[in-house]
Amino acid sequence: MSTQSSASGRLNATFARLRADGRKALIPYITAGDPHPGHSVALMHALVAGGADIIELGMPFSDPMADGPVIQLACERALKAGTTLRRTLALVSEFRQTDAQTPVVLMGYLNPIERFGLADFADAADHAGVDGVLIVDLAVEEADAYLPTLTARGLAPIFLVSPTTPIARVATIAEHAAGYLYYVSLKGVTGAANLDVDAVATQVAALRGVTQIPVAVGFGIRSPETAAAVARVADGVVVGSTLVNQIAEGVDQPDGLPAQLTATLAALRRAMDAG
Amino acid sequence: MPYDFPDARGHFGPYGGQFVAETLMEPLARLSEAYARLKDDPTFLAELDNDLKHYVGRPSPLYHAERLTAKWGGAQIWLKREDLNHTGAHKINNTVGQALLAKHLGKTRIIAETGAGQHGVASATIAARLGLKCVVYMGAEDVERQSPNVYRMKLLGAEVIPVRSGTQTLKDALNEALRDWVTNVDDTFYVIGTVAGPHPYPMLVRDFNAVVGRELLVQCPARIGRMPDVLVACVGGGSNAIGMFHPFIGMDGVELVGVEAGGYGIDTPDHAAPLSAGTPGVLHGNKTYIMADADGQISNTHSISAGLDYPGVGPEHAWLKDSGRARYVAINDDAALAAFHELTRVEGIIPALEPSHALAYAKVLATELGPDRHIVVNLSGRGDKDIFTIAKREGISLT
Repeated sequence: MSTQSSASGRLNATFARLRADGRKALIPYITAGDPHPGHSVALMHALVAGGADIIELGMPFSDPMADGPVIQLACERALKAGTTLRRTLALVSEFRQTDAQTPVVLMGYLNPIERFGLADFADAADHAGVDGVLIVDLAVEEADAYLPTLTARGLAPIFLVSPTTPIARVATIAEHAAGYLYYVSLKGVTGAANLDVDAVATQVAALRGVTQIPVAVGFGIRSPETAAAVARVADGVVVGSTLVNQIAEGVDQPDGLPAQLTATLAALRRAMDAG
Repeated sequence: MPYDFPDARGHFGPYGGQFVAETLMEPLARLSEAYARLKDDPTFLAELDNDLKHYVGRPSPLYHAERLTAKWGGAQIWLKREDLNHTGAHKINNTVGQALLAKHLGKTRIIAETGAGQHGVASATIAARLGLKCVVYMGAEDVERQSPNVYRMKLLGAEVIPVRSGTQTLKDALNEALRDWVTNVDDTFYVIGTVAGPHPYPMLVRDFNAVVGRELLVQCPARIGRMPDVLVACVGGGSNAIGMFHPFIGMDGVELVGVEAGGYGIDTPDHAAPLSAGTPGVLHGNKTYIMADADGQISNTHSISAGLDYPGVGPEHAWLKDSGRARYVAINDDAALAAFHELTRVEGIIPALEPSHALAYAKVLATELGPDRHIVVNLSGRGDKDIFTIAKREGISLT
């Protein structure tokens, strides 16, 4: 669909460039405003410096039902520090002032977007330089009322696919999705136990049978070894809780956080690029 | 009026639906299929009826509160005695039904969330009877204020997990239960305690509780000589209210009134009345009225009753409000507490704090209506669990 191809320009360009280079996307997640909105832009640049290809930026929500305790606490820190959806969008604008290339995907829950107003949110996100939106509690069945508004502003709808998703349903999801499919590597919440790489390889191969959209894998990836193993079978590797944990541990000395995140990502990057 | 909600996708007008993470969509689809297959299956229904009759103790009586009627000096007050059910509340109607579904789906473990503990006790009870493992999530604050029910659940063999995230109340217990379910979908059945959450839960919890209203369809003509004028029930998530209202929705002459927890007043931030003072939004898998701030973050709620202390409400209530078929009011803590004492002293029935809200509004209504009018209040649970809360609030030491 034409709206969707325009909806994911920067994301498509990123995956095309990586494919040409024979590399896989490293996609870190952090929560906007964690530990304080004043730190977020520096942390985003630090992720890019460490080798991030795409940044997933969490929109903090009081009740993140699909996330584990690590990200719930990150949301609580961010909200306590005064992070709002408007402020989150402003952080993306500020990031864009010095980085026009790295795609930014907003990830969160529907209610703050609904309260903001879907069309107003889509306008503001587009204006801020957001490339994709992943709404965790928006299933494809309910998406009709939301997607046209997002895609009309050039925002790629990113969808989750889980181990419980039947393959016929994956095809339906892929029809609506753009940018990439986010394959949830295990049943569970973010930050759960380590994943089974063989199972992931089988599942990703099955996904490739029904869609051409790049597949990124997330949940349970925290070591360079696991990241490298997943990179062998998928188009991208999403890393979240392990970074958010680092932020949690460094709350008292936030000035040191950018260098730490850069180092963590660089280790993952090296392992992935080594194949 | 024709009423056929929810639609195939679980919508009640603009409300309801399935707003959950992808991992839960397939388990929800399987649950929908199983329920569609079993809800008209004679064997399943016979099993359910048998449990409701011989285990729960149904039908529950319809009691004419004559002394209370005389004291209030207006309309006739009738009490639907759900407090007399096994485990002391209407919650058992639904857990019996869902546990049977779990059994038919071959699940070995059930999880539940609970606020006041009544749903947790009902879930632990039915798990004990069916030999299922049971885990109950409960906000740490509620564990504190509902300690008798926590002990009861433990006696029944359930594991009670205090939830310390967020506001440490029912909404956070629901988040934790959803997380558990996402992680353990293969062997676990999530027994949701109210008519909220993703489709098909609002529908199936309603259907299991509608036994309350169906009994009234028989009891009212027999006892009153006709259908009542008003049905009054408290609304937290809204399961006892929808159970009572549902068979009457097509009966235009019967007014339906839901009573929310006004806390310290709906003009303050400290209440739990999303239908009276909230706005439509998305929480816990469904679109409905919720309490949220200007940025869409879910608000802290307050009610003297842990069972009503929830920022959302079942989507069918949202639709009944918008369509005008039911109306919703709020009763503050103090008025609920006064009604609690009044029923206890005048009729010798100690009600839970939840239906005390409904009673308090019935009093307001009764004084406006003449003695030829009949109000049925759903006395959804007994008050044993609340005596510590009440004693503490009134400065009485029980030790």
